[in-house]
Amino acid sequence: MPAITLIEFNGESHTIEAENGKSLMQNAIDQGVPGIDADCGGACACGTCHVFVEEAWLASSGEANALEDAMLGIRPDREDNSRLSCQIEVSDALDGMVVRLPEFQM
Amino acid sequence: MNQAAELPDVSSLSLDQIDVSDPRLYELDAWRPYFARLREEAPVHYQADSAFGPFWSVTRFDDIVAVDTNHQAFSSEPIILIGDLDEDIPLEMFIAMDPPKHDLQRRAVQAVVAPKNLAEMESLIRSRVVAVLDALPVGETFDWVERVSINLTTQMLATLFDFPFEARHKLTYWSDIAAGSPELTGGDVSHEERMSGMMECLETFTRIWHERKGRQDSFDLISLLQRDPNTADMVDRPMEFLGNIALLIVGGNDTTRNSATGGVLALNQNPAEYDKLRANPGLIPGMVSEIIRWQTPLAHMRRTASADIEFKGQKIRKGDKVIMWYVSGNRDESAIDNADEFIIDRANPRHHISFGFGVHRCMGNRLAEMQLRILWEEIMLRFRQVEVVGEPERVSSNFVRGYKTLPVRLHPL
Repeated sequence: MPAITLIEFNGESHTIEAENGKSLMQNAIDQGVPGIDADCGGACACGTCHVFVEEAWLASSGEANALEDAMLGIRPDREDNSRLSCQIEVSDALDGMVVRLPEFQM
Repeated sequence: MNQAAELPDVSSLSLDQIDVSDPRLYELDAWRPYFARLREEAPVHYQADSAFGPFWSVTRFDDIVAVDTNHQAFSSEPIILIGDLDEDIPLEMFIAMDPPKHDLQRRAVQAVVAPKNLAEMESLIRSRVVAVLDALPVGETFDWVERVSINLTTQMLATLFDFPFEARHKLTYWSDIAAGSPELTGGDVSHEERMSGMMECLETFTRIWHERKGRQDSFDLISLLQRDPNTADMVDRPMEFLGNIALLIVGGNDTTRNSATGGVLALNQNPAEYDKLRANPGLIPGMVSEIIRWQTPLAHMRRTASADIEFKGQKIRKGDKVIMWYVSGNRDESAIDNADEFIIDRANPRHHISFGFGVHRCMGNRLAEMQLRILWEEIMLRFRQVEVVGEPERVSSNFVRGYKTLPVRLHPL
């Protein structure tokens, strides 16, 4: 059960014991972390589970595929470390990971 | 409702006779059983002979998501309406472009609805909602569409464009005609009227563009287009300029307008839900999503197959029209529990298809939700009920699910 920390835009921090094999989005929703909407339910189709992955964890969280890249492309607040959390599969390699949430999901 | 008699009972039709492009289905609010049958028996359905030519219908939620997110196989070019591009006025707009060109043009304007701007807009929207609601006649029958829905959304649109406020009714008019011709969507706007209205829109916005050029301190849609290198010369390509203006007008107007009306209708048809709302106005944010689902202000989006493809067992050929019926996906029981019911405290209200999915997902979705949330917050501070006192008059269109009129009467707290 890797520990993952999600920090809301207002600075409030939530550390969850995440379940391996599930997406970061699903883990966050299941544990009631605010700030992730996930309108499409995990289909990489809406862009509303956007997170900013802290530099140290960028490599181990994997790379965005073409569809995720396209969906991130319609976010006005995209940064180099932007990911859709429904596309990050949780594993022990992510133990200790920190991600930040945007001001709004849209 | 005599016309309803002209529409056949869907159970009396063979599958190949079912034509969900018939605008009367929407004007007469008779579409539900048609789509229920398609979802059940022919979820990817071919209609060989409609007024809009042959087309495929995709009617289940998950299948629509699959088409919407596969822009390689299902292109948005040349047009996202079921009708064909009008050769006399071949509008180009980013909603009808594929990546990468789509991305560049959308990026130029989406900052207008970025979070920072939304937060700044909230107090302006609230002050306008308050002014509109406080001016309504209590105890008299009046038209909610004209006095509230059109009034509020047109004010917002004028602000987004920094359009001359006193001429803002023009925006409503252009919005109504842009997708309102019989050939495009089964509307009742003649080809000539659409042509002349769209040309007036082009002239007006071209003038505004030149007047505004060089301003650095403004964040309206025209200024954003001017400042982005990818769109800075858009005015030199009139059909692209006009197309994108029309897109932003329709996108920011028809949709929120009809949800602002649809919410009143839905609550009146479901009095137990209205009671829930009165007991707990904290339900408003979730209710707003439910209203947008229930209304589905845009019934469809079209894609065009880029190559031959097999999809859900059907052989779709290159060039075929593929219509994603959002109005049907939002009633799909396999994706949404009790999908035909209006339930303001649903468990997962944002899981609806009204905004589309994939790279063309609605750009103004959070602005739309914010406008509707503020509207209902302020309504609930003033009125025990916005009572519907007559039948709504609906728009003839297989695209815009809209209302021409809705007679109401206000009951103060």
